[in-house]
Amino acid sequence: MILRLIERTGVFLVSLAVSSVLVFAFMAVLPGDPARVALGVNASDEAVAELRRQFGLDRPLPTQYFDWLGGLLRGDFGTSYVSKAAIGPQVFDRLQVTLWLVVAGMIIALLVAAPAGTVMAARHRQVSGLALSALSQIGVAVPAFLAGILLIVVFAVKLGWLPANGWTPPAQDPAMFLKQLILPALSLGLVQGAVLTRYVRSAVLDVLREDYLRTARAKGLRPFQALWKHGLRNAAVPVVTVLGLQLATLLIGAVVVERVFVIPGLGSLLLDGVSNRDLLLVQDVVMVLVMAVLLVNFLVDVLYVALDPRLRTS
Amino acid sequence: MKSSFSTRAVAFLASAALLALTACSAGSGTSSGSTPGGDQNLSIGLVAEPASLDFTTTDGAAIPQALLGNVYETLVKQDDSGKIVPALAKSWTVSPDRKTYTFDLADNAKFTNDKPFTANDAVFSINRVKTAWTTSLKAAMEVVASAKALSPTQLQVTLTKPSNDWLFRMTTRIGAMFSESGVSALATAPVGTGPFKFSKWNRGDSIVLTRNDGYWSTKPFFQQITLKYFKDATALNNALLTGTINVIGTVQAPEALSQFTSNDKYQVIEGTTNGEVLLSFNNSRPAMADLQTRQAIRMAIDHKALLDTCWAGRGKLIGSMVPPTDPWYEDLTGVAPFDLAKAKSLLQASGAAGKTFRLRLPTLPYATSCGQVVKSQLEQAGLKVQIDQLEFPAAWLTTVFKNADYDMSIVAHVEPRDLGAVFNAKYYTRYNDPTLQGYLAAADAGDEAAQVDNMKKAAKRLSEQAAGDWLFLLPNLMVADKGVKGLPTNAITENFDLSKLAR
Repeated sequence: MILRLIERTGVFLVSLAVSSVLVFAFMAVLPGDPARVALGVNASDEAVAELRRQFGLDRPLPTQYFDWLGGLLRGDFGTSYVSKAAIGPQVFDRLQVTLWLVVAGMIIALLVAAPAGTVMAARHRQVSGLALSALSQIGVAVPAFLAGILLIVVFAVKLGWLPANGWTPPAQDPAMFLKQLILPALSLGLVQGAVLTRYVRSAVLDVLREDYLRTARAKGLRPFQALWKHGLRNAAVPVVTVLGLQLATLLIGAVVVERVFVIPGLGSLLLDGVSNRDLLLVQDVVMVLVMAVLLVNFLVDVLYVALDPRLRTS
Repeated sequence: MKSSFSTRAVAFLASAALLALTACSAGSGTSSGSTPGGDQNLSIGLVAEPASLDFTTTDGAAIPQALLGNVYETLVKQDDSGKIVPALAKSWTVSPDRKTYTFDLADNAKFTNDKPFTANDAVFSINRVKTAWTTSLKAAMEVVASAKALSPTQLQVTLTKPSNDWLFRMTTRIGAMFSESGVSALATAPVGTGPFKFSKWNRGDSIVLTRNDGYWSTKPFFQQITLKYFKDATALNNALLTGTINVIGTVQAPEALSQFTSNDKYQVIEGTTNGEVLLSFNNSRPAMADLQTRQAIRMAIDHKALLDTCWAGRGKLIGSMVPPTDPWYEDLTGVAPFDLAKAKSLLQASGAAGKTFRLRLPTLPYATSCGQVVKSQLEQAGLKVQIDQLEFPAAWLTTVFKNADYDMSIVAHVEPRDLGAVFNAKYYTRYNDPTLQGYLAAADAGDEAAQVDNMKKAAKRLSEQAAGDWLFLLPNLMVADKGVKGLPTNAITENFDLSKLAR
């Protein structure tokens, strides 16, 4: 087990290093000069050159890369080209907002998918199972931003129950925070839930076909009892893997949903950075997102070992 | 003259989604009925949040929109009809040689750091443009030879040559008056003499301004005004419908207006702007250097039909590079009227018929939608048009603006009085015309009458030479709760004047 953990940790660190090179390289080939965008269209070439020097953009690419990486390792994210403010605190503030969205979305997704998927599997030949199956198929087809717009139209504009946009930190006004969180979290969670339902269903179906479950039924347990006692833990293994992979989708969904609901999270920071050609900021945000996804996959791998005893001994 | 149209047009980029999905009637009013000067608040929805609060080193339209005239004041300003009127300067005189300006300043103005505003602050602010500003706009201050304080309330500015344009530029951000002790943290803590104080900036969300109770002139009605920033036109509309904001400062999707016009809880305001939507020609390309070809392109476009199709009929047809709020405006739509038969014969004569032209469009809503109409209309006249979409601002700036690698493009030039800035050999239009330059020089140096006369000639020359085609003038469209008063009808200055708003 220790060996396996060391191996996983190694893979995690190598992936991080490779991604950092890729992220840096993509930014370097992106067209558009940040200095020119910052100075406006009529700035003289000398002024642009001077600003490039201030930004350090005139240095060789490897130097720029290692300076950036060194800064990241020390926790220094650098200074924005556009706002001249430190990037680290901004990213951290926005990350907290996005985490709330992702976590709330994930919880909703699980609350939807776990029961619905199990019922769909257990009753896969009955009308109720098929109906749920059809419903989830529709959910899979709806993108999160469309779900968001529909939710706004119904619950904010028509019914006036919940705000259509905005964000209040939980510490400032918990009630308002919850009100504003519900719709964006739902638009992320329902769509993810629909996707996850399919995986839960097939995982539970696989388990249902296992010999040990037939044995359990033969001992007199009802189907759901057998599933509950012997099946769900085994079904959870593939589902946890998918959950990890889905986190990336959820983060990307959050970027879009933040725009629809005007939430100052990491996604809106990223979009602003791109349109202002604030390349260092974009580089940092993308790196943080990549790191988050890799980290979760790493944790899933570890969890995998914990859930499946067979992996511990091999 | 320098222009920053592209950065201002970022506003349009920020609201690329043009779908208004529903017409609906919900929305909540805000309490009203207190006396002027009470503690009422107002929220205004805008697009494109500033990246910094320092417009001396950061370009873009969002910062002056929020701060100029509200937090910072200028010596002179433009009123809603475009006239230059007093602000911090109560009056001014111009010497007979038109090179020396003497300003009499308000004697009771003070900065929000409690320092009084004096002629020394004006001298400091004017000189600082030359030394500390980094944006390209500062070039308009180069004509100043010296600025000195004759007394605490009298300022004298001497120019190197007569320039009508200089006084006009003093109404824009380069004319903003700063306190010497208030410029240490411009990007985060602005200090000015205006009717509002900068209060708070929630990055990614909003800027809050509060009433300056020590303001030297008429105090504003609202105690607090929140400028809330949206990236999406639909989200902006929803915010008004659900009562999160009281005013949509700039409507980004005119076809979505119907949900407000049909509801008596809202008022829709339509005026003009300085935003000429230009179908620009690269006059240095052999194909575009031919006068007949350029005239044919202008005549092949049915401007009325185009406006109806791509901007919901909102906007004004102008026919040259002058908005109706400039003193030298004339309706020049008759210079090249829509005439498909004549366009075809001109293209045959110039040999351009059947040739392919590259229309390189920035990814801005009006450019994308109007570009398609331009393409189809030009193809009816016998040209081939290839559309390339270029990401705005960065890719468009490099390819079209800097390298002039294009035949035609579409972009709105929103900078005021920008005719001379846009049509010259160095600009991306590559329009080299000594006759036009002669008119412009005479306009800048002469008295007011000579200025108007020569600017009229310049505008007519541009239109007759078909240096470009002016598709339409962008409208100023605002939607607000019914009770909100004092909204500016025309958006012709860099600032959004909040001081006259009331309920």
